[in-house]
Order: sequence, then structure tokens, then C-alpha cells
Amino acid sequence: MDRSSAPGGPLLVNSTNTAQPEGPSPHPKAATLELRHVSKRYPGTDRPAITDLSLEVPAGDICVLVGPSGCGKTTAMRLVNRMIELSGGDILLDGSSIRERRPAELRRHIGYAIQQIGLFPHQTVADNIATVPRLLGWDKDRIRARVDELIALIGLDPELVRRRYPGQLSGGQAQRVGVARALAADPPLLLMDEPFGAIDPINRMNLQNEFLRLQNELRKTVVFVTHDIDEAIKMGDRIAVLKEGGVLAQYAPPAELLMRPADEFVAGFVGADAALKRLALGRVSEVKLRPAPEIRDGEPPAAARERARDAGLPYPLLVDEAGRPSAWLRDGGEQAPVLHLAPDEVLRNALDGLLRSEVQYAAVLNGDGRARGVLSVGAIHDFLASEEQG
Amino acid sequence: MITILAQAGGSFFRHRSNKPSCVEDNGICPSWAIHHLDRYWPRLWEHVQLVLISTVIGFAIAFALALLAHRRRWLVPPITNVTGILYTIPSVAAFFLLLPITGRGTLTAVIALASYTLLIFFRNIIDGLDGVPAEAVDAGRGMGFTDRQLLWRVELPLAIPTILAGLRIALTTTVGLAALAFFAGAGGLGEALNSQKEFQTNVIVAGGMCVVLAAVLDASVLLGQRLLTPWSKARSPA
Repeated sequence: MDRSSAPGGPLLVNSTNTAQPEGPSPHPKAATLELRHVSKRYPGTDRPAITDLSLEVPAGDICVLVGPSGCGKTTAMRLVNRMIELSGGDILLDGSSIRERRPAELRRHIGYAIQQIGLFPHQTVADNIATVPRLLGWDKDRIRARVDELIALIGLDPELVRRRYPGQLSGGQAQRVGVARALAADPPLLLMDEPFGAIDPINRMNLQNEFLRLQNELRKTVVFVTHDIDEAIKMGDRIAVLKEGGVLAQYAPPAELLMRPADEFVAGFVGADAALKRLALGRVSEVKLRPAPEIRDGEPPAAARERARDAGLPYPLLVDEAGRPSAWLRDGGEQAPVLHLAPDEVLRNALDGLLRSEVQYAAVLNGDGRARGVLSVGAIHDFLASEEQG
Repeated sequence: MITILAQAGGSFFRHRSNKPSCVEDNGICPSWAIHHLDRYWPRLWEHVQLVLISTVIGFAIAFALALLAHRRRWLVPPITNVTGILYTIPSVAAFFLLLPITGRGTLTAVIALASYTLLIFFRNIIDGLDGVPAEAVDAGRGMGFTDRQLLWRVELPLAIPTILAGLRIALTTTVGLAALAFFAGAGGLGEALNSQKEFQTNVIVAGGMCVVLAAVLDASVLLGQRLLTPWSKARSPA
């Protein structure tokens, strides 16, 4: 029986429990998190740090708290593991209140990673990672196996790294070990406060990608704090934008946040290039393509030109014997090169290709090399416009 | 100074030509020292006991005070002030002040010597705990350490270098101050020194033992620190 899925509170809420305490499950357990009318006011201040914050994070999602400094995003995160105590409202973990659990016990079941990492300088990497398993009383063999598993999971060599002290690690390695330590006891919820903040941009991108790859396997519920809207868009399944006083400005998936900002504040925060940011999230396959007006070499072009006009395209698409697009057939009969795109190409890159190609239309190819349809700047525009209207 | 050197030089030459006259002339007499070492061992042992007992008691009290003040910061200034006053009382005065209460003997000396170490220990323990990286404490708390676990597993281990630096100062200082403990009737190397303070060889042997004792204690703390803090030298740009 796993203690983390049976919190100290009453066991009345098992129906909402997404965890599977018994038997193997394809994914390790994750918890639902719900903030209900949460508020925080520090004594001696006239304005609350958090004002009536309500949001729900489905199990297995990354929820990013983002906003300018002083918006209360870190405070909101630290309320969840009772590093800061609530003034009002409640926070439910898998349906039961965190108020009913002793803070230290609660925290052992919630992963915790912070910007400054906070590795213990006097302990080896292995001992650092073993922190929470030891607090939970795991036996030695289980801890040793888990430590090596985690070091490998974060892409380091257990033999090389296990016995090193934090002072002997590079910045990127230390950040990885910090994440491994947070994951050590397989917690159903992970709190991360700017975990990749103190790192150069290239390493930071690598760490973000690695974490997303990990999350793909682990499917933890994650609360991720950042001040960087680009990181929020990249990492988040859902993004909560907070403004000063811990007021929730908008809580939405990244695409919706970009295309339908709730107010001026959110629009200003996501920036002037919201559409381009949205395209960075999308794939070619999401856009409604136009049918490809194909023509084989040697066929009379008149009918194909007709079909091209009907589809709103300037030229027919010349294909080879196998049906693979080879060129656009201009009106004078000369050929123009055709841009090939895969359906899983990122839309932003596809648009870049379109803008730079001679004919601003591209053939989207299936796995067999044949055309699935034609992508145009206009089609991308229609895609964005449909999202703006919702 | 020159006359002393001249005397020493003179006695050296006479010592070679006429051995028995070295002691009579109050020279520096290695052979006398070697033959009379036995009389110093009990005094040295007393001295070691005085130093170790006082330091251990002083450390225990300061440690308790520091832990108390660590979570109640307002206690730091008053404790610093009181231990600071104890630190400034001249040791001989402290011995005489205590005599009517505790009488002549080791107890009096130990009380005075231990109270001397309080300020050194207290400040170093507090400084050591304050020097623990805030993010390590935050991470520890966030992972579910209780206050007590945090103190013993994170904060105190990381404060060890600063605490041991204080221990080195306290030990060396106490070795010196314990040489005055004979005023309280507690024996020690000071007693040996005082009993024949006009005899140069005696002064050199007793004083030399103090210096060697201080050096040995200091070196053993340093060695202990190496063993206790393997992480502090394990640094390399990765």
C-alpha cells in the first residue's frame, strides 16, 4: 500500500483519486490539484499577495504559473506544500485538503525543485538524490537502485557521478541532479520554481527539452513557476497568468492564451508576436490544406490549370511517375521549385519556408512521398483566424 | 637581550667544559631537562585535563545557547553581550573572584577557563549556522525535513568548518590561559613554571610543553576537520 495515495485526511474521496495504488500501471501515479478561492495576506501589509485564486490542474498536466515579478507566482506555488500557510481558501490534492496533513509529511510526497537548486554541498550526488527516500524509510537496496535509475534517467553516468559532491558538478549537471532529487520518491505532484532559471540559454533549452521528454514518460502533475512567457508556452499544458496581488488574469492552454488573451494585461504579457508564438506550437497537420492540383508530365495542362484556379492556387503541381510533387508548372510552361513539408513540421518553420520560397505555396507530403495537400500563407491565416474566434 | 644571549653563550661553553656548573649558572641545560622530565609529566597531564574539560564544558554550554538562539534570533545580542563580558574579565581576576565561592582547586579553574571559551564558541556556531546556504535550507524544508532533521543533517554539518575554526582558537587560547590556573591552585604547567621561575631551563621546558600542546591540539582539530568535511576540498571546475 502506497502511503502517498492514501493521504492523512479522511478516505472519502477515493472516487476522484486517479492514482492506482495497487497493481502495475502503465504510468506512475499523478495527482489532481485544485486551488479553491486561495488567498494569502501577510501580516502588516495592506495588499494581499494572493487574491481569490482558483484553478484546477488535471492529473499529469504541467501547469505553468507565469507573471511579472511580484505577482505572487512563487507564493502560490509554495502554498501548495505549505512552505507558506494559507490565509483563506483551500488546496486539494487528489480531493483531500492539504490543511489536514502535517507539513513535513505532506512535503515528502510532493517533489520540490528550486532555481538555486539547493543541493546539499556536504553530500554526494547519490546522498542528495536519496534524501526523500531516506525520510520515507526505504531500505538501502531499494534506495541504491532508485538513485542509479534516476542518474541514468537524467542522462548522466551513475558510475561517474554517484560519488561526486555538488561542488564538482557543472551548472547543468547540478540542475539535472536537482530534478532527479525532486523525482526520487516518485511523487504524484512536482513543484518547480524557475528550475532552469540560472543557466545559459543553450543549456536551458536542452534542460527544457529533456524535462519534456521525461514528462512524456512520467506524466506527473507539475506546477511550474517562471517569469518567462516563452518558457511558459513551451512547457505548459495550461498556463495561469497572474498579475500583481496574485490575481488570476487568465488560465488557459498556451494556444488559447496566445490567440484569445482575456484582457490587455495578458495581451501585453504574451507580447506583440503572439501569432508567431502560436505557430511555434502548431504542426502543419493542424491546418486545413487545399487539394493539390496534380498534373503528370506530358498531360495537357488546361484541365489542371482549371482545378488549380478552383482551389485558389496559381499553378498546377507537376508530379513524377510515382506521384511525388516535383515542381510548379508556370503559365508559360517553365517550372518553379516546390517546397516539400512533412505534416509534423512546426508551423512557424513552415511559414518561414513559405515566405522564402519562390512560389509561396508548399506541398505537404505523406509518408509515401505523395502530396496530401497544399499549404499557403492564406491557409495559415485562416487557421489563426478560426482560433481567434474560438 | 644581548646580555641574556651572552649569558647563554657563556653558559654553553662552560657547560661543555664543566657539566655540573650549567644548572648552578642558570644556563640552558638539555641534559638536565632530559633527566628531570618525569617531574613535568604530572603537570602536563593536569594541563591537558584542564584544557580539555574546560573546552568540552564551554562548548556544551555555548552549543546549547547557540541552538536556542538559532531559532530565536532576538537572543543573539544578549548572549553575545554576556559572554563578551565574561571574555573581557582578566583570567587571574576571575580566579580570585571565584576563590571564595568554589575554593582552591580544579573546579575554580575550569569554571573560569570554560567561561572564556563561551564567546568564541557561541559566535562561531552562530556564524557557521548563518553561513549555511539559504537554498539548501529551503530545499531541505521543501523536501520534508523537520526542523530538527534539518538542523542535524544539513545545517550543523555545513557549519562544521566554522565551528572547528572556533574550536582551534578556543583550544589554543585555553592552553595559554591554563598556565595561570596555578593561581587557583589547579596545578598545570604554570605550577611547574612558577615553582622555579628563575631557572631558565625549567621555564623553557614548561613553556615549551605549552607550545607543543597547543600545536598538537590544533593539528588534531585540523586533521579531524579533513576527515569530517571531505566535501570542502572536493572542488573542481567541471
